Amino acid sequence: MEDRNILVVENLSKNFGGVAAIVKVSLHLKKGELLGIIGPNGSGKTTLVNLLTGFVKPDSGKVVYQGKDITGRSPYKIAEMGIARTFQMVKPFYQLSAFKNLIIPLYSSRVKKLRGGKYGDRDDVAIDLLEDVGFERDSFVPYKVASSLPHGYLKRLELARCLALRPDLLILDELFSGMSMSEVASTLPIIEKLNGEGLSIIMVEHRLKELFRIAHRVIALNFGAKIADGSPREIMESEAVKAAYLGSEEED
Amino acid sequence: MKFRKERLDRGIKARCEDIFALSSYREISYLMFPRVLPVIILLIFPLLKGMIGLYWEKVLMITCIIALLSLSWDLMASVGLISLGQALFFGAGAYITGFLNYTFKLPPMVTIPLGTLGGALFSTLLLLPVLRLRGVYFAIVTLTFPLLLSRFIETTKILGGTEGLSALSPLPNIWVELYVPVIALLICLFGFRRLINEDYGLVFQGIRDNDRAVMSGAINIYWYKTQAVFIAGVAGSFAGAFMTHYYQFVGMPAFAMDYSILPLTAAVLGGVGTFAGPTIGAFILVPLSEILREVGTLRVVFYSAILILCIVGLPEGIFHYIRRKYHQFERMVEVG
Repeated sequence: MEDRNILVVENLSKNFGGVAAIVKVSLHLKKGELLGIIGPNGSGKTTLVNLLTGFVKPDSGKVVYQGKDITGRSPYKIAEMGIARTFQMVKPFYQLSAFKNLIIPLYSSRVKKLRGGKYGDRDDVAIDLLEDVGFERDSFVPYKVASSLPHGYLKRLELARCLALRPDLLILDELFSGMSMSEVASTLPIIEKLNGEGLSIIMVEHRLKELFRIAHRVIALNFGAKIADGSPREIMESEAVKAAYLGSEEED
Repeated sequence: MKFRKERLDRGIKARCEDIFALSSYREISYLMFPRVLPVIILLIFPLLKGMIGLYWEKVLMITCIIALLSLSWDLMASVGLISLGQALFFGAGAYITGFLNYTFKLPPMVTIPLGTLGGALFSTLLLLPVLRLRGVYFAIVTLTFPLLLSRFIETTKILGGTEGLSALSPLPNIWVELYVPVIALLICLFGFRRLINEDYGLVFQGIRDNDRAVMSGAINIYWYKTQAVFIAGVAGSFAGAFMTHYYQFVGMPAFAMDYSILPLTAAVLGGVGTFAGPTIGAFILVPLSEILREVGTLRVVFYSAILILCIVGLPEGIFHYIRRKYHQFERMVEVG
């Protein structure tokens, strides 16, 4: 059982002041699984991602990744172990060109280790990665300064920055938010392909239709607590999830 | 008939943002000219000692020292560490050099390198706990360190207390005095420009733009910030170490506010983040302050007025302005 799970979270809790952001959340992720996390605004999705990647330290609970306890480790160490994340608010290096944005993760010791002690020609690797996420290779786009790129490209640049690390677990924090329909349509196959190649993925998402199409399993959060866990179909039909999104009748 | 000014990028610039394809001697010289000319002027200036007079040669030396400090400031700024205390580097380098020469009678050839490295190491260790601070919080802490150290020396009376350490060994000859700062400046200027464009330097720029994204790229940002502070410290401490032997004295003025504020002003005036900018800034500020000595008491007024005019007129910095003009044609075209 342990071996097949790449990530196990037990009773994770976090309070900000008096606000309970995450309340005793437990979850597990099998190798190669694509897990969706949904929930209304303020339900703690991004906090959960921050807890998993070390940007926020939990008050209690445990995060076990590949059999190792990583609770409370610093973000760079967690990334070094192979958990890559995107940020909901895009965080590119605005003054650098798109392909140079990728040089930074490619410079990490993790990539060096994976490439047998050599960094190699990072520029080529960066351009290849950009092509993988849909940057036009023979155009000027990969060479443009990040601050001049449209939002959809920046989102995909985030994705490429994660892939540069050659992660074992990819956490996408609302990758599709702010993307146009066509951009979503062209990005979905990329994620499906990565998952098909055996990459474990956690997707935090508001675009439920797209998520339900590709996710193997979905977890729903509300007020920081897990309210449902099951296949996309089960989640869609769950009364608790409907109540969370639409507000239950008693609350009115 | 109405006219409008039209700006066009020169061909070599328009082809790509920062990758140049050189196809002719004309283009090579177009790129080399702004880099080679200042180098030649700097190297020839000390040779004209007889013509220009020793006074202005000394001004050149001080200018190089301030330029080194402003380069050191700019390197820290390029990892997002805004410093208000370059005097820390200067003072640490100066005192270590002075101490080694005063106590162990080591020659300048030995004390200056040791003071440079020792000063950088000492300052880095001192700043290590505050590297986690960002922006203005880091700046405030750096402002206090030189003040703290000079008060510490004053009250504990170590290292000569308020008297300082005097009668230190002089530099071997005038050529060393004039050429060492020039060469150190050129090494730092071109070295830093090179460094920041290497992949290693990209990590620095990444930390400046967005430290959380660098962290999630599996890179320990504090380790890189430490390295940046050490490199900046080498440049700053060298300035202090050199000046100790030039003055043959080291005292509390080594931690003076001037060494913190002047480099920062030079960087802002010249253009932050380019290394050439802060150097140009220093080469305007220091000579300007000397020229204005003739005005007498109104010196500070003129000095401040010129500074304000420059900063209001060219908020991006002089270097950015010159570079843009150099890469563009301007012509008047008819409208309508």
